[in-house]
Amino acid sequence: MIEENEKTAIELVNLRKNYGKLEALKGVSLKVLEGELFAYLGPNGSGKTTTIKILTGLACPSAGTAYVNGFNVEKDSIQAKRQCGYVPQALNLDNELTVEQNLFIHGWLFHLDKKFIKDRISALLDYIGLSDRSKTPVKELSGGMKRRVMIARALLHEPKILFLDEPTVGLDPSIRRKIWALIKRIQMDGTTIFLTTHYIEEAEFLADRVAFLAEGRLITVGTSRELIETLGRWALDIVDGEHMKTLYFSTQEDAKQQALQYPGSFSVRPVNLEDVFISMTGKRVQA
Amino acid sequence: MKGWMAIYYREILILKQRFFRQLASMSVMPLLYMVAFGYGVGEKVTVDGVNYMSFMIPGLLAMNSMVQGFSIAAEINIARFYWRVFEEFQSAPIRHVAYVTGEVLFGITRAVMGAGVIIILSWFFGISFSYNGYFWLALVLNAFLFASIAVCLAMLVKSHADQALLVNFVITPMGFLGGTFFPLERMPFILREVLAYLPITHAAKAIRQALFNQPPPIVSYLVLLILGIVFFMAAIWCVDRAKE
Repeated sequence: MIEENEKTAIELVNLRKNYGKLEALKGVSLKVLEGELFAYLGPNGSGKTTTIKILTGLACPSAGTAYVNGFNVEKDSIQAKRQCGYVPQALNLDNELTVEQNLFIHGWLFHLDKKFIKDRISALLDYIGLSDRSKTPVKELSGGMKRRVMIARALLHEPKILFLDEPTVGLDPSIRRKIWALIKRIQMDGTTIFLTTHYIEEAEFLADRVAFLAEGRLITVGTSRELIETLGRWALDIVDGEHMKTLYFSTQEDAKQQALQYPGSFSVRPVNLEDVFISMTGKRVQA
Repeated sequence: MKGWMAIYYREILILKQRFFRQLASMSVMPLLYMVAFGYGVGEKVTVDGVNYMSFMIPGLLAMNSMVQGFSIAAEINIARFYWRVFEEFQSAPIRHVAYVTGEVLFGITRAVMGAGVIIILSWFFGISFSYNGYFWLALVLNAFLFASIAVCLAMLVKSHADQALLVNFVITPMGFLGGTFFPLERMPFILREVLAYLPITHAAKAIRQALFNQPPPIVSYLVLLILGIVFFMAAIWCVDRAKE
């Protein structure tokens, strides 16, 4: 539930984006609160990255408006950009340059003082556990390390809001968990986080609130618990001939009782956000 | 305005990484021209009262400053389509003018480096001029113009392949036809009139007259300056258009 006195960090008002005839966003409106870790969940092509691109100044909305910390992303674009740190989905560091050089250039782009940049680089590399890699060329780092450097770069200018576009895509599970721990720590330090993902467990583990996006439309917004409880807490998967159907129950006992009535194979498990997404859209998040 | 410094500094850091490779690559084309056209073709030829090598070197300097200034387009494209570093600039709180300034300054830096390479190589071929202020002004204006054109086109093209087409259809023909390797007076009337409008023709003329200690062609300097400003402004507009 959003309290009256809570401050809004991000606001989208009937946001639309067209690429030629393709409608990537079809009038999305939502609010993200200060200090919140907000997950934007949807399958590939649902409009997640488009939303982030508009919020970070990489794309212009076709209609509607977007605000970050009260700044209109079009009219006050320079002020709006100062509020944001952005970690894109694709690795976009300068491979030939060292970690330190990549971060230094970012500091200059944000008009920071040389001494401040140096101190901040040292603190951030310590924060992400790469303090011994400052002079290493980026091309010599692993994928997980590069991702952490990108997060450090986005934090260098002390943004109020951090945008993470699929931050763990392509990373192996153990590294993914390290990135999750880092993201949680950043939120605990007071940064609002807006994260896009198509990993259900990522949204469930990290987010205070989750928004479902499908084909450019916002389907629903709520906490994982609120969304899951719209179906019930337990799911019964039943294999019925060539088909599988899922039934939802408030308690595990009810689910097991129901299962006894079916002769085929079944499984009882906790309901997850994927179930909610399927029940609302008829489609899977992770295609 | 630190934004342009960040853009320029990044390019300089990358250049530093590749310095000797870059220097070697900058030497190949002028060296080939000097050997092939200077020795091979023109050893006993005189043009406008000077030996062909002395006539050609100023043209080569003009052509090279154009090529080096324009070459930043390829770097920008790689940063944009391959490394995606351009997104880092787009999401930073800098104005488009800062981005264009940083890139154009780098184009000028490359052109000055390229000129240095040709000046040194030409000494080995026994050619030396007094490289006065008018010479450097013409060279910098020419690089300013073509680096600005490079930023414009790098923002408009959709792939590396488009980039290669532009070089083949625009830069290479201009390099050969703009009074760089032969006097325009030897061309048929119609062609001569058309070629006289090319900016490289003005650059070659200004550089040649500066090196031959002749009075500076003010019109040529003005053409390069005005076109440079026009394309610089167009580049700022194109950077804005590059936003999705």
